[in-house]
Formats: sequence, structure tokens, C-alpha cells
Amino acid sequence: MKDRADFLLEIGCEEIPAGMLPAAIEELQVILEKYFAANNLSTNAPVVTYGAPRRLAAICSALLLRQPDQVREITGPPKSVAYDDVGRPTRAAESFAQKQGVPLAQLYLVQSPRGECLAFKQVTKGRPAIAILQEVLPKAISEIPWPRSMYWTGMNGPHFIRPIRWIVALLGGNIARFQVGDVFSGDTSAGHRFLGKAKIKVRSPKDYVERLRANFSLVRPEDRRRKIESELHSVGGRGGVKVHPDAGLMEQVVYLNEYPKILRGEFDPAFLELPKEILITVMRGHQKYFALERKDGGLAPGFLAVINQKGDHAGVIRAGHERVLRARFADARFFWEADQKCRLADYLPKLNGVTFQEKLGSYGQKIERVRGLVRWIAELWFAEGIHEASVGGVDRAAELAKCDLATEMVREFPELQGVVGGLYAEAQGEPAEVSHAVYDQYLPAGLDDEIPRNLTGCALSIADKLDSLVGCFAVGLVPTGSSDPFALRRATLGIVRIIIDRKLPLPLSAVISKAASILAAGQKGISAGTEVERAVSEFLLDRARYAFKERWGFAYDEVNAVLAADSDDLVDAQQRIEAVRAIRRTKDFEPLAISFKRIRKILEKAGPSAQWKLSALQPVLFAEAAERGLYEAAVSVAKHAEEDKRARRYRQALERIAGLRPKVDLFFERVMVMADDVDLRKNRLTLLSELLTQFSTIADFSEIAPSERG
Amino acid sequence: MKAKVKLQVQRGLSFQDLILKLERFWSDRNCILQQPYDVEVGAGTMHPETFLRVLGPEPYRVAYVQPSRRPADGRYGENPNRLFKHHQMQVILKPAPADVQDVYLESLGAMGIQLEDHDIRFEEDNWESPTLGAWGVGWQVLLDGLEITQFTYFQQCGGVDLDPVSVELTYGLDRIAAYLQGVDSVYDVRWTKDLSYGSVRLAEEQQFSAYNFEHADPHTTRKLFELHEREAARLLDGYAKESRAAKLRYPVMAAYDHCLKCSHLFNLLDSRGVISTTERAQLMARVRQLACRVAESYLDQRYPAVRGESA
Repeated sequence: MKDRADFLLEIGCEEIPAGMLPAAIEELQVILEKYFAANNLSTNAPVVTYGAPRRLAAICSALLLRQPDQVREITGPPKSVAYDDVGRPTRAAESFAQKQGVPLAQLYLVQSPRGECLAFKQVTKGRPAIAILQEVLPKAISEIPWPRSMYWTGMNGPHFIRPIRWIVALLGGNIARFQVGDVFSGDTSAGHRFLGKAKIKVRSPKDYVERLRANFSLVRPEDRRRKIESELHSVGGRGGVKVHPDAGLMEQVVYLNEYPKILRGEFDPAFLELPKEILITVMRGHQKYFALERKDGGLAPGFLAVINQKGDHAGVIRAGHERVLRARFADARFFWEADQKCRLADYLPKLNGVTFQEKLGSYGQKIERVRGLVRWIAELWFAEGIHEASVGGVDRAAELAKCDLATEMVREFPELQGVVGGLYAEAQGEPAEVSHAVYDQYLPAGLDDEIPRNLTGCALSIADKLDSLVGCFAVGLVPTGSSDPFALRRATLGIVRIIIDRKLPLPLSAVISKAASILAAGQKGISAGTEVERAVSEFLLDRARYAFKERWGFAYDEVNAVLAADSDDLVDAQQRIEAVRAIRRTKDFEPLAISFKRIRKILEKAGPSAQWKLSALQPVLFAEAAERGLYEAAVSVAKHAEEDKRARRYRQALERIAGLRPKVDLFFERVMVMADDVDLRKNRLTLLSELLTQFSTIADFSEIAPSERG
Repeated sequence: MKAKVKLQVQRGLSFQDLILKLERFWSDRNCILQQPYDVEVGAGTMHPETFLRVLGPEPYRVAYVQPSRRPADGRYGENPNRLFKHHQMQVILKPAPADVQDVYLESLGAMGIQLEDHDIRFEEDNWESPTLGAWGVGWQVLLDGLEITQFTYFQQCGGVDLDPVSVELTYGLDRIAAYLQGVDSVYDVRWTKDLSYGSVRLAEEQQFSAYNFEHADPHTTRKLFELHEREAARLLDGYAKESRAAKLRYPVMAAYDHCLKCSHLFNLLDSRGVISTTERAQLMARVRQLACRVAESYLDQRYPAVRGESA
């Protein structure tokens, strides 16, 4: 007889929000696998889960029909207690048998860690899978986590993302019967709301996907994605245009439809006078349309809608979508024109009424702070010979940066803040330096996103983000694991990205201090003292570590070693990390790092340095050739390494230092640091301590984790 | 380019015919047909037939048209889609029936929409009214990309968890009519066979846009807000002090009227552009506090036992 069968669970639901489906599909798999494993029902066949707006489904192609019997050996009293001198079972043996409910005859002796003991095999019969499913499936369904669940049959009823309306639960041809709220599980599913049958009997899990397909519900997300992609290509690629790629939108439409179909519509080319960014945002944001591009990158007067239908034979759907888009574009045009009845700078006074953060004041106040900070940055760069961002330019860009927050366009499309300001600035004749900076001020939006295209934008972006960072820390809004309402993590990562990508000189301690002093001067009652500065600096370095690892692929210990030596200049730090990485695999480096760790431990054990540190090494006190040898080598290496370091030839410097390894090894082999003679000891400790400080300015070797111990 | 509109133009279905069809439909499904509330409201939800009736255990089914005022949305009658005052068809089904989506779709059929020829979609849209202390989850229903209905399972109202759960259907009548009649501007909608929406309502849109954006006196409006707030609070304070017997006829509903006034006056101040974002949040919290106290008193008055148990 067959011992396994196909399993199917389908949770039929009112339309599940598209954004939540991918996670729910994954969670359902994890939850079911957990329950199957815990009940010994799993075979090697994995649980596969699918989902579409009206359903979540799970299939396992071979679930055991019955749990295997569990055999467990239970040991009782030792042989010496269980049997008397002549080998007859004692009272102890009898009571053990009685307690376990087995006849004496089934007991036997086994070797156990306690010696020879009485034992028997307890067999727990496996239960039928269907009975277990009936218990665990309701639990599994209720365990799917949702960002915001609801109840619909009263507060004591089930909680789910939307009301559950049917459940299919099959093992082979049998129904696992249970109840969730007012719904009883069965074998009846439903097809596409308008194109499929309202009741579909699913005979076996095997034909589920096909039965649903025949009823215009593609339950596998990849089937829908493939259909959309191929139709986008075939329908969108006609007439010398191509689809404006949009991965985020694709992710949404895959989960918005049970039977997606691409429909091409057109709009009045007169709308093309509006900026491309705005047209695309209107199409994607409100309507979830893909935009069409001409070969030259400009937009074509058309769009692709993803409809939940098999066709549009009467042209009704297309006409409807075109009509809606016409109204949306007309609104956008109205905003574009109405907003520009006055100049961008005229919105500045309104920003005094827009709160940035209660304690940190209005956007008007923020702008004043950012202007101060960005000018300071531009002046610093100018002094360093970087002339691309003018002080006048950054100041103007900062002045205009937040004006668009008061415009109708941004009120309607908040995701276009910055972009709208930049477009208005450009349309109103601001120089490209300024308009591009305003446009790009929120970049980069993620670890791998683009950074502002010009240096003025880089300065503005850094200053704006740093002001938020220092301000929030000063008023106690420090991001926690679960809460980061001002997206400070992302903002700080942005600062790091810009500094390193553009190789900008920007001493962190100085710029944080500057931001703090501007804040304290501008906001009454807020002090951003050294505590705050230190916390900001640590947060920033933490993000820098993250970026070095995740974006640039450096090993964590290389990053830590370098930042422990000096972290004020991130560009320099990156060069040093590169040098460490480059010589990491040379033969002397890691052994030397281990020795440095040893030195650090010895010094720590020796107590406070005041107790042993000499004001200067005394070469006359060297008793062993090995310590003199190390000393002389170190003096010579230090001199050259210092020159290399000043010239930022970090790799050469590190190679020289690594070259000390034989001398260090010899030192530890021959020299007893903690000598009985006090002077000798102090001199040796001082030698080691100088070695450590002198050679830890590029990277603190003791942070390096040995890759393998031989 | 003027796209040739190939909508299912139903020249016979005027604005008022549309309303009559929906009222007939919901009347046939055991709804009480109510009338619009006679105090300014921003949405049909604020009508006591929704706000108060969704509270407590009693089943209820009601439908009504509610002209809804949103001062900030006015466009002097110059925008073809945006109105200071639009018309909602509001339906409350308590408790929410298991087939409510199907019944709703049938109602579209009653308007003459052939479901299988269209692209109809339920897209996530959770509804929240911060001034009413109310929220629910649901969708906006899109008909060929046009938002025609807000579909919400109420979870909380006046700060009170709801049990049973009501479903609220809010049809945007003006835009549905424009769609069905195949016109691009709401002002071209035929209200009756002969009269356009514009001829019935344009002057009102113009005058109230002017009032809401320019003429409303901020000082007076603020004063009115405070007067109504104080009166509502006074009534609610008084309720607590009454004996059980006197509570039964105590004017909690009048307190709610004053709360609605506050809500509208707040919207007016907002459209006049005289409140900052901080003050905005504070004023909303003050209205919400009144609404929550009304809900609490209403429940205590009508269902003392229920409140006692859950307390």
C-alpha cells in the first residue's frame, strides 16, 4: 500500500494586499515545514507555496499518510536490584513492569551507562496524518504573520489579513476537516472572480494548479510574471518604443492580478510638455502603468496597464484607463502651472509653518542650519583645492532645497520631493549646479543607489542628512532595532557613500562638531554636547563599517583594524583597508598580527602604564641580542614606514612592518619580558608598548582575526 | 488628441437615476433608506447613522446619500474632477455578510455595468479617520483604473473596538456618473434628463471655494470651533453626573452634533491655510477626544449591560 500522498492547502481569501503576498507565501512554507517536521510527516519532498490575490496555497508532493511508529527504550532498575541471587525477578522488577504496563516477559537486560539494567521497548503507534493535519492546519493558518490583521466574525473570531472565505485541505483524495471562523475546510476552490467558475471541485492536489489555470487564476507568481514580461515585450515593443523598466512596479503587478493581461493605451502628446519624472510618477504611483520610452530616452505618448482580465474586446477597458489617466495628467498639469505662479524661493516663508520635528523646529529653521553647514563644507573643500562646489551655489541650493514641500505637486506626490524642486528651479532659470543639487538632495536612497551627480548636490545631501542625524540624536530620537522614523540609518549610509564614492576630504569629528554647534546656536534649549557628538560619531562609524563590508566587500576584521587606528577620514581609511586586504595573505602578516595581540595582552596584564612605562627606552639596558635586534629593526622600519605613510603608500608601509616578524618571533623566543629585574622589565615593556603604538597607526593589527591556525 | 471614448455610455442614466437605482438596490436588500445628515460632514461615515450605529451589538443595515464637504478640495469649479462638495452613497451592513463582495458587485450590475467586460479590482486601501478615532481595513475598488468605491471592514470607531464588525461601502457618485455617462468633466454630467450637474451646482462650488480659501474669517472660525468644542465637552461632562434614569434621555447626540461642527470648522481652518502642522495635529486630537467621549457615552446610554461586561 502507498504510504505517502500529495498534500494541498488553499486558503481562499478576499483580496490580499499585493505588497504582503510575497512574505506571506514564504511564511506559509516555513510554518508548514515546521509542523510537518515536528510531527514526523516530512519526506524529502519540500513544501512549495504559491499565492495570488484571492488565495495562498501550499503543496507537498509526498507527505507520509501516517507517522512512523516511535520506538523508545526505557530502562529501569539495575540488574542487581531487579533480580535476586537465583535470578528471579524481584519486587522492583515487578513494579517497574506494572508501572510501564507491560508483562514481565517483555523486559530484557541492556548495557547502559549505569551498568546492566532492566529495559523494554516502548512503541508509540504513529497517528494518521489526516488527524494531525486537522489539528495543525488551523494553527498554521493563524500563525501567518501580517503587518496589520483584522477580524470579521467578531473580536473572538480568527484574525487574518482579510476575511477567509474558503479552505481546501486535501491529503490525496481525502479532506482534512477543520474550521476557521465560519469556514469549514473542504475540496472546493474558486476561480478568477469574473472569468472562472465560482465553485471548483479539486479532486487531487496534483491537478490543482492546472484546474485553477483553466479557471483564469495563475496561482504561481512566476507564471504571472512570465506572462506579464512576455506581453510587456510583445505589446510594449511595437512602434519603435520600449517599456520603461521598473522592477518595483513589476513586483506589485505580479501580485495584484490573478490573470494579468497587458493593455496598451495612449494619451494626448500635449502632456509630454510635462517633465518625464512627473508623468512616470503619475502613471506608476496612482495607476500602476508602465511608461513607454522612445529610442532617444524621451517618453512616448502611451502606457501599458496590467489588467486582471483575459482581454478587452470592446475596447471599454482601454477607454476607461485612458480617461482616468487624462484626468490625472490634467491634475498634474494644473499643479505644475499653479505651483509656478510664484517662484520657488517664494515658498520659503511657508516652510516656517511646516514642522520638521517638534523640538527641532520648522523646515524654515532646518534650512537655516543646513545653509550654515553646507557653506562650511564648501569652504573646507575649497581650501583643499576642490573648486567644483561654490559657496554661493551650495547656499542657494540649500535655500531652495525644501521649498517644494509647500507645493501642490509634492503634496500630491510626496515621493517626488526634491525632484519637483529641482525641476521648478531648472524651469525658473536657476543654474544647473543649483537645480541638479536640489533634484538630487535625497540621493542615495539605498546602499547601491546613485549619489548626487554634482559636488554641490553632494554637499547639500551630506549637510541635510547630518543636520537631521545630529538633531535627532540631540533630542533623543536615536534609532532602535525596530524604530527609525527619520530613516537615519539610510541617511547616514548616504553620507558615507558620498564621501567615499567621491573621495571627499571631510574630517568627521570636525563636521559633526560644526553641525552640533550650529544646532545649539539655532535651537533654544537644545544642547548637542560632546556626548551627542560621540554618539553620532559611533553611529556613523557603525554605518561606515556596514558599507565597507556590504558594498565594498571588505572583511570585518580588516575594517575594524583600520577604523580602530584612525577613523576621522573615511577616504583614507578605505585606502588603508585596501592595503591591509592586499597584504593580508602574505606570509608574515597574520603571524605578526597574532604577536601584536600577544603584546597587547602582556601590556594589559602589566597594569597601568604609569607603573612601568619609561619616559624613553634605554638601549643600554638591553641584555639579549634578540631585544636589541628587534629595537634596531623597529627604529629603521619606523622611519621608512612613516615616510611611506605620509605619502599614503600604505601597502609598502605595511609590508615593511610585516617584515619585522622574524625579529618579533625571535624576541618572544629568547626574551623573558617579565624579568625579575625591575629595570630590565620596564625597559622591555616600554619597547613593546612603543612597538604597538608606532605600528598601529595604519591599522590596529590586534583586531585581525587569524584566518586559520596552523 | 481627443480619444474616441468607447465607454458604455448610458444616455438614459442621469445622476439622480443612478442614485435611485442604488437606493432601490439596497432597499431591496433590507436596508433602511436614510436621508443626508443636516450638519456639515466631510464624509458619510460621520453621519450618526454610521458613526453611532456601528457601535454596540445590534444588527443594522442602512443606506443613504451624503453630500460631503471637503473645503480644501474646492477648485472654484475649474477642475473637472475635484469638488468642494461631492456625493457619497453610504451603505452600512452590520454585521458584515460573508458574501458582501458579491452583493457589492451585484450593485454595480444594477447600475448597468457588465462586470465581465471590465477590469474590476480590489486594491488595498486602509481607511482611517483620525478625528473620529476610527479605522478599518479594506480596499478601493477600481473600475478600469477609476476609483469608484471605498470598501471597509470597520475595526474601531470612536476609539471603541467593534464587535460585530460592520462593512462600509462608500460609492463616489459624482465620478461614477461621469464615467457612466462618458463625460470628462463632472460638470457635464446630466443631473436630470435636461439639466447638467454644472447648472445645478457650479455656483455653489465657486462661492464655497471663495469662502473656504479667502473669505472665511480665521478669528471667527477659531472662536466657533472653541464654542462648539466647549458645548460638546459641557454636555459630555454633564452626562457622567446624571442618574441612570436621567441618562436615558440625555442629549448625547447633541454633543455629537457639536463634535461634527468642530470637525468641519477644523477643515475650514486647514483650507484657509492658517494652521501649522503642529497645531493641526493638536486640533485633530481635540476633535478625536470629543468623538471618543461621544462613543463611550452613547454605548453606556444604549447598552449599559454590554459596557458593564466588557469593562
